[in-house]
Amino acid sequence: MNKPIPTSADGMSRVDGRAKVTGAAKYSAEYNQPNMAYAVLVGSTITKGTVATIDTKAASAAPGVLAVLTYLNSPKVPGHIPTKAQKPSSKSGPLKVFYDNKILYNGHPIAMVVADTFERAQYGASLVKATYNKEAHDTQPPKNITQGVGAWGGKDFTKGTVDAWKTAPIKLEQEYTHPSDVHNPMELHAIIARWDTPDKLTVWDKTQGTQATRDDIAKAFKLKKEDVQVNSQFVGGAFGSALQVWPHEVAAILGAQVVKRPVKLVLSRPDMFTSVGYRPYTWQKIGIGATTDGKLVGITHEAVGQTSSFEDFAEGPINTSKGLYASPNITTRYKLLSLDVNTPTWMRGPGEATGAFALESAMDELSYALKMDPIDLRMKNYAKTDPDNGKEYSSKFLDEAYAMGAAQIGWENRQAQPRAASQNGWLVGYGMAGGMFGAYRDVAVIKAMMKADGTLTIQSAVSDIGPGTGTAMVLIAANKMGIDAGKIKFEMGDSSLPDAPMQGGSATVSAVGSAVHDACTVLKEKFQQLMGNGGTDKPDYVKILKDNNLPSLEVLTKSAPGPDNQKYSMQSWSVHFVKVLVHPATGVVKIDKVACVADCGKIISPKTARSQVVGGAIGGIGMALMEEGIIDHRYGRYVNNNFADYHVPVNADIPQIDAMFVNKPDPYINPIGAKGMAEIALIGMAPAVANAVYNATGKRVRDLPITPDKLI
Amino acid sequence: MKQFQYIRPASQAAVLDAIAKSGSKIIAGGTNLVDLMKKGVMSPDKLVDINSLPLNTINTSPKGLHIGALVLNSVLSENSLVLDKHPLLSMALKAGASPQLRNMATVGGNMMQRTRCAYFYDTTMPCNKRTPGTGCGAMGGYNRMHAIFGSSPQCIAVHPSDMCVALAALGATVTIAGKKGERHIPFTEFHRLPGEHPEMDNHLATGEMILGVDIPDNNFAKNSYYLKVRDRQSYAFALVSVAAALDLRGGVIKEARLAMGGVAHKPWRLFDAEKFLAGKAPTEENFNKAAQLAMQSAKAYEYNAFKLKLAPATIAEALKHAGGLA
Repeated sequence: MNKPIPTSADGMSRVDGRAKVTGAAKYSAEYNQPNMAYAVLVGSTITKGTVATIDTKAASAAPGVLAVLTYLNSPKVPGHIPTKAQKPSSKSGPLKVFYDNKILYNGHPIAMVVADTFERAQYGASLVKATYNKEAHDTQPPKNITQGVGAWGGKDFTKGTVDAWKTAPIKLEQEYTHPSDVHNPMELHAIIARWDTPDKLTVWDKTQGTQATRDDIAKAFKLKKEDVQVNSQFVGGAFGSALQVWPHEVAAILGAQVVKRPVKLVLSRPDMFTSVGYRPYTWQKIGIGATTDGKLVGITHEAVGQTSSFEDFAEGPINTSKGLYASPNITTRYKLLSLDVNTPTWMRGPGEATGAFALESAMDELSYALKMDPIDLRMKNYAKTDPDNGKEYSSKFLDEAYAMGAAQIGWENRQAQPRAASQNGWLVGYGMAGGMFGAYRDVAVIKAMMKADGTLTIQSAVSDIGPGTGTAMVLIAANKMGIDAGKIKFEMGDSSLPDAPMQGGSATVSAVGSAVHDACTVLKEKFQQLMGNGGTDKPDYVKILKDNNLPSLEVLTKSAPGPDNQKYSMQSWSVHFVKVLVHPATGVVKIDKVACVADCGKIISPKTARSQVVGGAIGGIGMALMEEGIIDHRYGRYVNNNFADYHVPVNADIPQIDAMFVNKPDPYINPIGAKGMAEIALIGMAPAVANAVYNATGKRVRDLPITPDKLI
Repeated sequence: MKQFQYIRPASQAAVLDAIAKSGSKIIAGGTNLVDLMKKGVMSPDKLVDINSLPLNTINTSPKGLHIGALVLNSVLSENSLVLDKHPLLSMALKAGASPQLRNMATVGGNMMQRTRCAYFYDTTMPCNKRTPGTGCGAMGGYNRMHAIFGSSPQCIAVHPSDMCVALAALGATVTIAGKKGERHIPFTEFHRLPGEHPEMDNHLATGEMILGVDIPDNNFAKNSYYLKVRDRQSYAFALVSVAAALDLRGGVIKEARLAMGGVAHKPWRLFDAEKFLAGKAPTEENFNKAAQLAMQSAKAYEYNAFKLKLAPATIAEALKHAGGLA
């Protein structure tokens, strides 16, 4: 059953790999415009209250400063950014930048200095002085969160009997917390805004959706969609932080309006903590019970997630408990906790990663209570249909994934008793955990054009935040058209190109890839028709164009999900296996070995798929061992808003990671059989580490991250 | 950042002239100073680049091993004399920062680096070290990384260096030049405790510069170890670190040296523990006792209480490595 592990040498290299490693790839901040000015934001130094006075005289008089915008003099945004809150709410909605004198969180933008150079804008920003009317703030989640905290009216979910776990012979109830994690992509969020006419705008912007950003900007500034051009050629990581238009983007557009020049705004690293969302602090409680032979009786999963005082952000930490195991009784409760902080947002494997930490830790705890192997416990409760809604799965081979991962990590070496193994003075532990995430398919349009020289150009508005979208698209087209991948060019990152959804929810290959498949199918058929007699399976495209005296042949094809996408429950699955070493005296954790298996349908691009899983696993290791945005609650202000103090894994923390794939096509989701893998690569990694740490030490850490101080 | 003047004098005399005024700052690698200037924490009027001075040599001298102030951390960590005579120093250097930073950072600059206390770096927060009289933000705040030894009500910051911990253990001396000539002070007396004046990190006076350090010859090379406990395996400051050096002869510890990082405003020598170990056998029991002795004056704050447990564990562990028990 164990399949060969793909290495980094397997599969086609990234189509944009050379451009990326040689610096030829241009990111949004690099599209310098003639006569461009530079903007720097000034954030509030209090957490709640109002601006009493704001002195911009010195800043305005500083060398090179062109304008200082505040709520007092800024042009108003006619439509502001439309709200995307999931439920009716009494809250004011997304932050309206330079709108009034209210301060809603520490770092709330109160001014923006625009100058002829970046350095002069920065210096000008240091000269803006504000006084405040301070109000008492609250940024700290209460120590004892109990059910009922929060403002969001998320409905409780029950399948079977409420809280049935309490009736089980073997049961446990535990609380799990996870701090706010900040996306912190390497590329800082950046925008260059240029007004071409008073009604026409072009932006080069870090975004996961050129057209979603276009639509939101058009609504906010009351422009026609076709008069807003959004370019996002390359994105240096985003992880969800660029799924919406944020205040800094609106501010740059306002700045360009005021100074009548193109304006560039690049957030600083500290700005990244308060400007573009984060994975919210979440408190969870799991009650879980089973029969003495390990059959689940019930799961109750409660969660309270942090949001801002002015905007609700809800995600799916409880989803994992609704769907991962065949429990006859499931209860979930989810509430939001409003604090004086900036609004959180989706971060890779959004709520499910948070939820999996709680559920998969609890499953591990239950396995010890039952004296049962954690894999056996999972297999005993293997869901063959979706426990949430009873639907059949479009495809599920998680059982194969368990077996593949177990073989690869050497699960047979795991000691059933914690703290029973050591090597060279380090405690040894093995842990595993799984994850799931909905597999989606959205509508997408592709333009495919075969030219007389035999090269194929494919166009889509889609952004690529790093997974290798272009590479996957080229491979799909090459396969369908029967031509060499080197002859295919994929153009993207431009809102004027054919419609594509945002790059989020692990759905790009499913949506845009299917559209490429469909467009190439139609294009090939056109050639076959030109050949007459049904054509052949290998048309000579150059010859056909020449014979028909055509310079090129193109199609514009829309590709959409069908009834199967409603009929079946569609999920991607993953399992992570980890071997850790823990130093008994100092509490240092070393990840010794990792094996990840993804069951996400057909693998389109082996090389980038492997990278995707490795990257997700590393993100999960960060979540498990080190990531934590820390606020000094007296001030409501971050105290680790830089890369020295906000820890993400470095090379020395990461061993060889074996990424494996079940690689069986999903027959129903789309014509290419591929499901998403970005989220599941991370979901389940943190509990796998936590479970391994428990196996090594006998210490169960239920509040992430697992830093050395928690293990001594 | 504020506008400043930049000069690169060709001689030591010219440097001493240029730094006579308090608004001038020496720059070498700039790995810390440039950050501080960007953040507005330090805003010198004049940067005096000393990279033209001949201070980048490593050589043996009657006093032991001489290391010039401009020797790069990366070069020093790989130097054969260092690896041979003082491997502890190499270990400490390699535990510090990242390869990129070590390629820029100098010995003198490493000694002069400022604390990484978050309150020192954020100009909107109180900090007696940055702005005397504003209070200590860390005292009642997020003080997980902070001192357990030698702090004062004014400041609980720690010195961030690894290299300095090893140099303190090895009994190095610092050569300082001023207008009145050169002076030599023990490395352990270079940095100071915060007391009433946390704005002063060390005893270098205005107008003085570091020329280099000398490490006396010793018998520690075979039995020394630097153990740094941190939140990730590279590019992270120490939760606690320990430099342990033993002069082991005939199964007896003739002399022991112990210094800690991440626990005080200066590299913290553990004199009591050293004294205890002298003349004893290198056993786990003795190492544990020494570790407990070292903790007598320790005091923790809200978030760093774990150091009271982690510090002695790390001392004992470092000693076990140095003594060949681990």
